[in-house]
Amino acid sequence: MSEAQAAQSAAEVPSGLAALSTEGLNVWYGTSHAIQDVSLTFPERSITAIIGPSGCGKSTLLRCLNRMNDFIPGVRITGRVAYRGEDIYAPDVDPVELRRSIGMIFQKPNPFPKSIYENIAFGLRINGYRGDLLPRVERSLRQAALWDEVRDRLRDSALALSGGQQQRLCIARALAIEPDILLMDEPCSALDPTATARIEDLITELKASYTIVIVTHNMQQAARVSDYTAFMLNGRLIEFGPTERIFTRPADERTEAYITGRFG
Amino acid sequence: MRAPGGPGMRRRRRAAAVALQALALGAVVVGLGVLVVLLFDVLRDGAGTLTWTFLDSFPSRRWQQAGFKAAIFGSVYLLVLVAVISFPLGVGAAVYLEEYARRSAMTRFVEINIANLAAVPSIVYGLLGLGVFVRTLGLGRSLLAGALTMSLLILPVIITAAREAIRAVPASIREGAYALGASRWQVVRHHVLPMALPGILTGTILALSRAIGETAPLIAIGALTYVAFVPESVFDPFTAMPIQIYNWVSRPQQGFHAIAASGILVLLVVMLGFNALAIVLRARMQRRSQW
Ligand SMILES: Nc1ncnc2c1ncn2[C@@H]1O[C@H](COP(=O)(O)OP(=O)(O)OP(=O)(O)O)[C@@H](O)[C@H]1O
Ligand SMILES: [Mg+2]
Repeated sequence: MSEAQAAQSAAEVPSGLAALSTEGLNVWYGTSHAIQDVSLTFPERSITAIIGPSGCGKSTLLRCLNRMNDFIPGVRITGRVAYRGEDIYAPDVDPVELRRSIGMIFQKPNPFPKSIYENIAFGLRINGYRGDLLPRVERSLRQAALWDEVRDRLRDSALALSGGQQQRLCIARALAIEPDILLMDEPCSALDPTATARIEDLITELKASYTIVIVTHNMQQAARVSDYTAFMLNGRLIEFGPTERIFTRPADERTEAYITGRFG
Repeated sequence: MRAPGGPGMRRRRRAAAVALQALALGAVVVGLGVLVVLLFDVLRDGAGTLTWTFLDSFPSRRWQQAGFKAAIFGSVYLLVLVAVISFPLGVGAAVYLEEYARRSAMTRFVEINIANLAAVPSIVYGLLGLGVFVRTLGLGRSLLAGALTMSLLILPVIITAAREAIRAVPASIREGAYALGASRWQVVRHHVLPMALPGILTGTILALSRAIGETAPLIAIGALTYVAFVPESVFDPFTAMPIQIYNWVSRPQQGFHAIAASGILVLLVVMLGFNALAIVLRARMQRRSQW
């Protein structure tokens, strides 16, 4: 991002309410420099879309935000990621605790090979909920708009659900433990238009209580659901600002080229 | 122009498929056939002398009175002890190597050595057991020394099988659990182990089946062939079925050969029994842990 653009996005994006922010973030996989000097703020109770061509580092950036990159051997991270002002890579931060506040939905639905009920109860149990979990299971399934379809078969395998239902189950599973932030990595890429529409509605509803960061390849989706959009290219942040402005008056010609489908 | 998958090539591919199928079928028939002939042979020789007295008597110099009781108890106790020792050790080692250890020259060295250990002849384990457990640790020719030796022998097999089963658990499942704030141990305990358990148990069953038939290491550590009692503690001397069978077969009298065949039948039944038990256990665990 040029300095002028950085100043512009600083003016456009309310950084005072940042739930998450990165400052000079760099990520290397071995010797390949996957994220280069990315500084971004994710405002509270809003939806931020990350767009960019395949391989530009969207997933890598997302996985830095709740320390899911810790599991990848040979990864090196410099710079700062702050969750409500606290550096999440500080030595005294427990990544397990952190992930309870910053949940993640993956590109491919990944329900556990257990019952629908157990898929949700697992997160509740490991987070210390005791006693009757059914009301909480029901609540999160309702939030994810799945309850009516599964109420009679909570004890059946989650693997018997359709792809769209599985993804909503994964969302319900993440919501059950009441995180603060939801990171979504192309949550609809494995779904048909109907299932996608349901999940988009859901995401929009969730905005009232959650801060959401969503990676997507679908420009219409980014335009439809997000408040802010970040465009990345080759590991760099090219442009960041309110979605409406990015899609109508992009400041960088590469952003314009990408959103109009002229490359990538 | 002929398409690459034209009729000629398709016919040839079909012929190859049929040939391969015939070959595979042949291999199965030969394998099973040999097994059936062997079983039939043993049955013919040993069924007649397989009596209750045979099962309930201790060894004797006269084959009419010689029995298999000490060997049966010895083998069953040995197998249970081996399972109790090697299963947690093997699974623990596999979990450590797969889920906790950092990839380093050291872990690679350990991995290569585990693979090599699986190929070491069993007599070498027997000599090791003799040196370490019988002599240095002063366990004598006890059941415990035998079980520890056998555990060493089958540990590499269990570790390798368990690692493969653990590695087959998809990364997406682990990530899903981590993303919910699960600790490493919670991921292992609630997801990795339950999903890997069928594979781990299959490997363990195979390893234990090998242990129950092993003779050489037990002879090396000096398990007795004449034991006229049932071991009462893990520090008692013992004998095992293959040792007793080996002893009987090497005698000149025809009668001992017959009871050796009966012994083989018992050995087979016990082995199949253990396998069946493990399969039932596996099926039940699978059901319970999944839902
Ligand atoms: N585990 C890894 N080890 C090594 N390199 C990796 C790893 N994960 C990603 N990379 C590399 O880092 C770069 C960024 O990858 P990343 O997955 O973040 O891209 P992406 O923008 O999410 O792409 P896509 O839209 O295809 O999902 C790519 O060049 C990729 O090859
Ligand atoms: Mg990606």
